[in-house]
Amino acid sequence: MNYETVIGLEVHAQLTTRTKIFCGCSTEFGRTPNSQTCPVCLGLPGALPVLNRKAVEFAIRTGLATNCRIAPRSIFARKNYFYPDLPKGYQISQYELPVCEHGWLDIDLGDGQSKRIGITRAHMEEDAGKLIHGETPETAGSSLVDLNRACTPLLEIVSEPDMRSADEAIAYLKKLHQIVVYLGVCDGNLEEGSFRCDANVSVRPFGQKEFGTRAELKNINSFRFIRQAIEYEVERQIDLIESGGKVIQETRLFDSGTGMTRSMRGKEEAHDYRYFPDPDLVPLVISPAWIEEVRATLPELPDAKRHRFVEELGLPAYDAEVLAADRNLADYFDACVTLAKDAKSCANWVMGEVLRKLKETDTEVVAAPVTPELLSGLLARIADNTISGKIAKTVFEQMWLSGETADQIIQAQGLKQVTDTGAIEGLVDQVIAAHPEQVAEYLSGKDKLIGFFVGKVMQASQGKANPGMVNQLLKKKLQG
Amino acid sequence: MTIYDLTLAELRDRLDRRELSAAEVTGAYLERIAATNPQLNSFITVCAETATVEAEAADRAIAAGETAPLTGLPIAVKDIFNTAGLRTTCGSRILGNYISPYDATAIGRIKAQKAVILGKLNMDEFAMGSSNENSAFGAVRNPWELSRVPGGSSGGSAACVAARQAAAALGTDTGGSIRQPAAYCSVVGLKPTYGRVSRYGVVAYASSLDQVGPLARDVRDCALMLQAVAGYDPADSTSVDTAAPDYQAGLTGNIKGLRIGLPREYFIDGLDDDVRRAVEQATATYRDLGAEIVEVSLPHTAYAVACYYLIATAEASSNLARYDGVRYGLRAEQAENLIDMYMQSRAAGFGTEVKRRIMLGTYALSSGYYDAYYLKAQKVRTLIRQDFLDAFEKVDVLLTPVAPTPAFALGEKVNDPLQMYLSDIYTIPVNLAGTCAMSLPCGFSADSLPIGLQLIGKPFDEAAILSAAYAFEQATEWHKRQPEI
Repeated sequence: MNYETVIGLEVHAQLTTRTKIFCGCSTEFGRTPNSQTCPVCLGLPGALPVLNRKAVEFAIRTGLATNCRIAPRSIFARKNYFYPDLPKGYQISQYELPVCEHGWLDIDLGDGQSKRIGITRAHMEEDAGKLIHGETPETAGSSLVDLNRACTPLLEIVSEPDMRSADEAIAYLKKLHQIVVYLGVCDGNLEEGSFRCDANVSVRPFGQKEFGTRAELKNINSFRFIRQAIEYEVERQIDLIESGGKVIQETRLFDSGTGMTRSMRGKEEAHDYRYFPDPDLVPLVISPAWIEEVRATLPELPDAKRHRFVEELGLPAYDAEVLAADRNLADYFDACVTLAKDAKSCANWVMGEVLRKLKETDTEVVAAPVTPELLSGLLARIADNTISGKIAKTVFEQMWLSGETADQIIQAQGLKQVTDTGAIEGLVDQVIAAHPEQVAEYLSGKDKLIGFFVGKVMQASQGKANPGMVNQLLKKKLQG
Repeated sequence: MTIYDLTLAELRDRLDRRELSAAEVTGAYLERIAATNPQLNSFITVCAETATVEAEAADRAIAAGETAPLTGLPIAVKDIFNTAGLRTTCGSRILGNYISPYDATAIGRIKAQKAVILGKLNMDEFAMGSSNENSAFGAVRNPWELSRVPGGSSGGSAACVAARQAAAALGTDTGGSIRQPAAYCSVVGLKPTYGRVSRYGVVAYASSLDQVGPLARDVRDCALMLQAVAGYDPADSTSVDTAAPDYQAGLTGNIKGLRIGLPREYFIDGLDDDVRRAVEQATATYRDLGAEIVEVSLPHTAYAVACYYLIATAEASSNLARYDGVRYGLRAEQAENLIDMYMQSRAAGFGTEVKRRIMLGTYALSSGYYDAYYLKAQKVRTLIRQDFLDAFEKVDVLLTPVAPTPAFALGEKVNDPLQMYLSDIYTIPVNLAGTCAMSLPCGFSADSLPIGLQLIGKPFDEAAILSAAYAFEQATEWHKRQPEI
């Protein structure tokens, strides 16, 4: 029998507010354990939460960018369960009335088709702390609690069960990831856990309307593992059904070592979280004016950027995709285009030399020594034939190292392109004279040899001759 | 007259005129506490050292002319308030050795005025109780009759003020925990409107009902204490950003034309005859003072106790989850694993009544029962609140008994929690409605036990009940009687 896969995803995005969601402690990662705590995030008797307005703003931003309806009134609720990393014995979350609902994202299916994935809701909540299990000889056998992360703000974004393959799931996740990073509300770091994903996976015979029983997969911290986990789980469920078994509703942990999922707890062991509205917090009221204020600060999102790059700048779809993938890269590119005008050559340079150099030197685009101003200066010298594209690459290398302008380097090193017909003619004559055999072959119809002659002339000019002129003169002279 | 017989207002006057120093006052009180506490057990912790230091600081401030209304005045606080560097037990074994690192907002406010904090007062564990018998630190005795309970949960606070162990005290009231012990001990106690005083740093019992308030010897002192702690606090999201008026300014004694409502549902079977008589006499006094007496109805009163025991226990079951032995408080050392540690620590750390309420609340919030219990209770709560708002369309304040009977005997209701719960039948609706009310002395029973009168005000209109209470106090002598101890 053929089976259809059904996937819904729950993403926890850690919001990059400077302070925690219900207290004033810093959210900085990697500090001394428990150094960023106070009575509120330690859950001391009598301490009370106060909502961080910035976290709400970030939730509104994300909601708007994912086409959600922003609730004019939402409620914080307590999710009750015991665990040593949860200082109050409950997590403050949102349950019945979340801040965002009814959104969607369009994902690209790769064949030019797109598909709309529904977003059920996005709700705000606090993170728990971290347990460290006896990693040193002194702490062997004991568990240590670090509450620095406790009470940092999370936005849990829950999709509809609209995805039908691991590919679609990954396309959705990458899209969502790109958006939250673009918005500046999440740093998107999967490994550090600031962008976490749980997958609800089930299978059903093709054509069946009802969903199959789902398993919730947890502990997946890279896009690659998400694919692995889903594919493993789909296969496991199909095998189980085919062999006469039944899928049970359970939570399963993904093990990146084995690529397998294993049962963590079944439905009967599922917690009864006893959600109820948190009496320590008043309803969160978001006015239309606040929503509009936030909307006005939204950056141009990846889809809109791609569209503009293609429609307005005439870039190929591939270029638009690459350049829009990262907000800073897109900003860099946009700045270049504003200065240099020629969008295609800007795109070529940014996607070529700039990206290569960034990768080579492990540099962030915002810290690139060749700024859009410097790059556009270089592009101008190519455009006006001062230097050839090839020489420009050498100049670019030096600009990267020294931070000097293209003009400074061209001047200092005498790289100005030779456009004097007489001088080029001389070199052309020399090359023709020195290679009689190749001339004969060329004349006998081996047109491709023109490249050989151009190369020789360029070499003789130390790259400074204008390649177009060289080509033209060579053809003329060789034809006789 | 001895120092500890002076009211806050009288002490203020003596301190300002340098007839007394804060150090002398504090010394006198510490002696009084030492002499009387073995009988009463109203203090869990006496802070002799810090109180002495605070008194010296207060004297320096007075000498420098930097005097605030409470500077140098001897106050004691219920052991539910977090006090930096001092033990904060909340009457529980589970916090038996817990030293808080921070001050509750209310404590910060009286400290900012350089009041002297004499100690931390006994209470029912986690404020759950009506007799102060549910304390891990032993029962408190009623200074009027040592075989009787002082009421609860602020039993230590009421007993302490009645027995002149402090000039005034701070307590908390979730279902009557200030007013009922105030009535049993013949002191003035006020539960402000929910949101009037910050709950930050007050160990939570039932967050949507808890409120901080004063217990004092007379209405003026009560107003002075309320003034010190009232007002918006950004650290408590449920505190309300409306300025507190000058409460003492309203104490004129003139209440001509005041419309007082008697809710007919409060004068029913089960109301003790002596209490009924005292409240009727008080009503007559008000009529004589020029008030207009009107009968009103609060139709949903009968559901209040049931509603309260669903909402309060539900919130408590969650609020008390943090006492897990992981970060602070009692931890069972012999546990075999994590779950075992939780169970053993909580089994050993909590008393019977606390366990009972955690279980009730957990049940009320459980999946499948939530709608029938917690949600239904919230709807009833809305109706009860509406009852009060409707009544306040017709009258300015409501006049009722505080409790159906005077103080009962120690041990009398320990094994009958339902009977115990019913002693809060007149106070609980006020917490559910979120409005303000106070208890003031209005007489004594045939066997000389104090009886309290409850005045209930409109939300945020504490000034109206204080004014009405002051007029009554001026016209009567009940507040001047003292227990012999």
